[in-house]
Amino acid sequence: MNIILIFISAAVVNNFVLTYFLGLCPFVGVSKRLSSAVSMGMAVTFVMAISAAVTWLIYNLLLVPYHIEILEYVSFILVIASLVQLVEMFVRKVSKPLYDALGIYLPLITTNCAILGLALFAVLRHYGFVESLVFGLGAGAGFTLALVIMAGIREELELADVPKYFRGAGITMIIAGSLALAFMGFSGLISI
Amino acid sequence: MGKQKSAITREFIKGLWDENPVLISLLGLCPALAVTNSAINGLAMGLATTFVVVCSSIIISSLRKVIPHQVRIASYIVIIATFVTVADRFMAAFYPAISKALGPYVPLIVVNCLILGRQEAFASKNNVGRSLLDALGMGLGFLMVLFTLGTIREVLGSGTFLTYQVMGDWFQPWLVMVLPPGAFIMLGLLIGLSNWINDRRAKA
Repeated sequence: MNIILIFISAAVVNNFVLTYFLGLCPFVGVSKRLSSAVSMGMAVTFVMAISAAVTWLIYNLLLVPYHIEILEYVSFILVIASLVQLVEMFVRKVSKPLYDALGIYLPLITTNCAILGLALFAVLRHYGFVESLVFGLGAGAGFTLALVIMAGIREELELADVPKYFRGAGITMIIAGSLALAFMGFSGLISI
Repeated sequence: MGKQKSAITREFIKGLWDENPVLISLLGLCPALAVTNSAINGLAMGLATTFVVVCSSIIISSLRKVIPHQVRIASYIVIIATFVTVADRFMAAFYPAISKALGPYVPLIVVNCLILGRQEAFASKNNVGRSLLDALGMGLGFLMVLFTLGTIREVLGSGTFLTYQVMGDWFQPWLVMVLPPGAFIMLGLLIGLSNWINDRRAKA
């Protein structure tokens, strides 16, 4: 039951993009087309789930027993950067269609603050291994959801008459604000 | 009038407005939105980021001939992460309340694309002095936006400025301003405003 709550909480109630402001760069950069938004969302979810599991192992099996938690940030970011590289190589070997779909988005994920944020939040909340994994999947699903909604709105927006000074980034931020307002409706659902 | 300034001064000035990291390049949006629910948090985050970008720029520009090209990004990230750890421990030791309020957003300075972006675009190609000025300008430009955004949101959202009451009793705080939606909407308005000012300056 707790696992389901963590998933729903990470996906909608505490949506990473709209309440924690994590992963905004791809949210603004890759939300122009619906198709690329779906690919990016998939790639991020994939890396999030794996990195949540791996950073949990690193923290609990390596950093805590040897009392070197001060290396938390350095080791997490290195692990995430190499993980993204590995995942890219693995996907290219195993599934060519998936690689073509995710291709250019994979390297961009290293600098996606949602991945590091996820690892840090999992440590702060003392999640266990399975909980971290589910947290990663939920956060990825929430990221994909926000990105797809945003891309859908922005495709429509091309036909709208936006005031000159707000074209591009300005109106994107204001739409994101309205989306965040809508997502606040979920806030009473679960309290974690 | 800006055109007569020497090239050195321009490295510093450009980060403040013309290439402002948040308003123009849209870098470092996560901290710019997440911690600006009060002016003091915005100021603290701005100072921490300035510290990290200045220190990493000094180190990286002095090591720019030593770091192999293939592993440069990984090397930059390790250097940045080290300074972030220093800033994080410093804040936790001397300003525990602010450190608690900023929470995981202090370690997240590591992945602030503003910092990595300056290393890749500037510090890796220029000498220490110029990199220092560039980093200082970018850091202060970032700090300026965060402090402005924090001030607006705090005044409208809680009626206070740096925790002092500035609005009278008649004022009903706009709660939404200290919540996530307020951050997005206010940044959108600020970006629109800066576009308008730039347009006016270009015409003048």
